[in-house]
Amino acid sequence: MKSTTNTSVSREQQLDLYYYMRLNRTVEDTMVNLFRQNKIVGGLYSSLGQEGISVGTAYALEKRDWLAPMIRNIGALLVKGCRPRDIFTQHMARFTSPTRGKDGTSHFGDLKDLHIVSPISMLGDLIPVMTGVAMAGRYLGQKIVSMTWIGDGGTSTGAFHEGMNLAAQQRAAMVCVIENNQWAYSTPVSRQVPIKDLADRARAYGCRAFIVDGNDVEAVFTTSREAVALCRAGQGPVIIEAKSMRMRGHAQHDPAEYVPDEMFAYWKARDPIALYEKRLAASGVLDAKTKAGIEARIEKEVKADVEFAENSPFPPPEIAEESVYCEGPLPISPQWQRPIAEVQPPRSSVKAEWQVADFGAFERDAMEGMAGSLPADSAAEAGSTDGAGGSNHGPKKKASAAAKKAVRKSAAKVRR
Amino acid sequence: MAPITFLEGIRQALFEEMERDPAVVCIGEDIGVYGGAFKVTAGLLERFGWERVIDTPISETAIIGAACGMSYLGIRPVVELQFVDFIACCFNQLTNFVAKSYYLWGAPVPMVVRAPSGGGVHGGPFHSANPEMYFGHTPGLKVVYPSTPSDAKGLMKAAIRDNNPVLFFEHKFLYRRIKEEIPAGDHIVPLGKAAVRREGSDLTIVSYAAMAHTSMEAATELAKEGIEAEVLDLRTLFPLDKEAIIASVKKTNKLLIVHEDTKTGGIAGEIAAIVCEEAFEHLDGPVARVTALDTPVPYSPPLEERFLPNVNDVLRAARELARY
Repeated sequence: MKSTTNTSVSREQQLDLYYYMRLNRTVEDTMVNLFRQNKIVGGLYSSLGQEGISVGTAYALEKRDWLAPMIRNIGALLVKGCRPRDIFTQHMARFTSPTRGKDGTSHFGDLKDLHIVSPISMLGDLIPVMTGVAMAGRYLGQKIVSMTWIGDGGTSTGAFHEGMNLAAQQRAAMVCVIENNQWAYSTPVSRQVPIKDLADRARAYGCRAFIVDGNDVEAVFTTSREAVALCRAGQGPVIIEAKSMRMRGHAQHDPAEYVPDEMFAYWKARDPIALYEKRLAASGVLDAKTKAGIEARIEKEVKADVEFAENSPFPPPEIAEESVYCEGPLPISPQWQRPIAEVQPPRSSVKAEWQVADFGAFERDAMEGMAGSLPADSAAEAGSTDGAGGSNHGPKKKASAAAKKAVRKSAAKVRR
Repeated sequence: MAPITFLEGIRQALFEEMERDPAVVCIGEDIGVYGGAFKVTAGLLERFGWERVIDTPISETAIIGAACGMSYLGIRPVVELQFVDFIACCFNQLTNFVAKSYYLWGAPVPMVVRAPSGGGVHGGPFHSANPEMYFGHTPGLKVVYPSTPSDAKGLMKAAIRDNNPVLFFEHKFLYRRIKEEIPAGDHIVPLGKAAVRREGSDLTIVSYAAMAHTSMEAATELAKEGIEAEVLDLRTLFPLDKEAIIASVKKTNKLLIVHEDTKTGGIAGEIAAIVCEEAFEHLDGPVARVTALDTPVPYSPPLEERFLPNVNDVLRAARELARY
């Protein structure tokens, strides 16, 4: 199926994508050095080779949108507005870090300005949470999109399934990016699942999916832009499977000897930054002067922020006892962007009954073309998601031909 | 005002808070059209609509997770778990995500998790649990376990307005068995405050939920024997009202703790340790415990009756303690 994705990317956007990938890599290279100097307190996880995914996906979001990173999404955090010093101080467990030393790595967030939800180490749990973020955004009339990431291994969790199912049933404006980097710690993707494309999961959830070359940052961006637009138009959630490769071990301690040398060599030739640099140079977007300017900017930024982190104190021990409970007011209040009267009686009042139009009997017609094809995208048809984005009121009978057409449309994959 | 049931107290609290604050929404399984497995949410959908009374798939992890995400935008979700036993299904989401959110990165989770709990209704091993201590052992969560209609209403309203995740245990034996007149107006019972149900000078009985009633029944019997028991109803288990416990022990010098939770690792052990640490010299006898057996909750009535503590168990322990 031919993709209808708008692939136009402006020069400014191209240079942004390049800048953020370079910044992502420089920040991580810097942390490898800090790790070797014993300045990183805990583990250090690399996104080497996956920068195109973090940057290309997050770059499709607007400021009002929300994201929740996974451990390797430093690039997404930088795109959303975090500074390198946030990343450094987190890893170095300093008092000046966003969590004041209470957690490390990419485990931090910002409700007020950047709209970032902090992850936890257990995989899958962000998907229900970001579904809730999207549901709340719709309820408040905000027209926001939420985005989160999961690895190939993380799709094996129950939380992934529960979250995707609820998101699909609710038509939540959430983009779930599956970073298929071939390895979950030491386990290859073939030991997680017996299928080739993790995006196939979307068929059963009744949501849209794209597959994209994760090492092509522009493809990742334009695909994500389309996914975000679909979500904003009330046609979420969307799964994007980005194929890539984890070019280091699970973390710094892991030499990844279980990965065949040929596999590393294959992917090394597809490094997302080198590929993009070549493309931008060939098209004249990135000349030597522009490149040198970007490098100088990054060097200056990173140097200043490393110094800031190294000169930052560790937290005073007594704060370990603080903030188990929130004693003060909430840091945020609901930002209503619709009339509150819509959700209050009498306008909110309804007749409490299900509309059951499809009695669910076995239909021979429905079996036609099922094998190897797509099951009906019933959730897409179900319920009325009104302008304010209400819940599904109940299933409505769908015309099977129209449904099949919708399914084919929804299953459009981006293949390059 | 006419007396109302424990269940009606909770229902009134939900109605009033949803009327008062459009940020309050309810989410859970079978809560809308059906009105909840116990009908606590009956009528909410009619009044507040599909967007505020959200029927979900059978996905406890997704429900808790989504409620958490909603709270990050200032929404105050009230989750219904159909039975508290199913809280095990969302243990990770609650203990690792919700409970740690504020401590780690300063994001409060103003969420209430309502859960019908407790035994005595022959619900069997998967519909009778008292799992409060799993969550008392998790810093960041509050745990409320009321015993009266008035408290159920007032504590629910306080829980919805609290800026922390509150697990609100609703003892289902109490749902329709007790009635009470409730103060008019915006009736709030603050979290973290125990209530003295009966004054006494000879010993203190600390209890909560259904066992608060068992303890009161025992105290009435004990009075006939000349033993005046003070009955303290904890109402909120976490944060625990240590001051109220210590104050009562200083007055009576003897402490009996009664709970429907199993014995090992139950809150009685924690309270005994606190009293030993902070009021040891005021004790005239050993701290006594009356609890359920250290077993799963069995189904058949004679087995469940053996499992659960009863008035006679409390009387026996109280008489023995009074002899010191």
